[in-house]
Amino acid sequence: MSTLHTVNKSPFATQSLLSCINHVKDGDAILLIEDGVYGAAAGTGVSDAVAGKAGSVKFYVLGPDLEARGIPATRLLEGVEVVDYAGFVGLAVEHDRAQAWL
Amino acid sequence: MMEEGVKKFLYVNRKAPYGTIYALEALEVVLIGAAFDQDVSLAFLDDGVFQLTRDQNTDGVGVKNFSPTFRALGDYDVNKLYVERESLEERGLTADDLQEIVYEDEDDDWAEKPSIRIISRAEMADLMHDQDVILSF
Repeated sequence: MSTLHTVNKSPFATQSLLSCINHVKDGDAILLIEDGVYGAAAGTGVSDAVAGKAGSVKFYVLGPDLEARGIPATRLLEGVEVVDYAGFVGLAVEHDRAQAWL
Repeated sequence: MMEEGVKKFLYVNRKAPYGTIYALEALEVVLIGAAFDQDVSLAFLDDGVFQLTRDQNTDGVGVKNFSPTFRALGDYDVNKLYVERESLEERGLTADDLQEIVYEDEDDDWAEKPSIRIISRAEMADLMHDQDVILSF
């Protein structure tokens, strides 16, 4: 039993990503979409929080949203996996429930 | 033993009441959803805890004060309002700052019981993990 969490807000504008990280269970997945993808970059004020959780929770980021914002794969934190829209659907199917952190 | 076809629904409230429409819309959906006889819980965390504070008065800002509506939820068999302790503390609040919300327990001679349950962040994570459907606001 696991949950797919989505975060669609910039971690520099809201607490959504940090609150999500504080409520996930081991084995859950966090998918960063829309402005949430800024949380996937290395060398930011939230990188440590994301990297610190990446051992117990799998992080994904939506490729088209990265590209739209000009964030290259080379800037991503290690362990964050890029998925396309089909991958998004796959994650939704793999998990028992989805929770959006708006 | 849960009746067949009944699912556990959790409505997650993370927004303060009047700055955006999320909180009011969540309450509207809860009231509509109550018609479907599901196992409903509400979660209040982050700024969502501000929705339940007492003495709200919107006369001066020209929007509806919907906080009294929470006290009607018991009549719709919505009587599990989980509030995260850490979110309260981070905002300088305690349970005493929240309005009293009660329901009548039909299994206990209609005794009045509190609907608000203060839980820890870890318990909130467990609660979320225990649901069939999560609706976020």
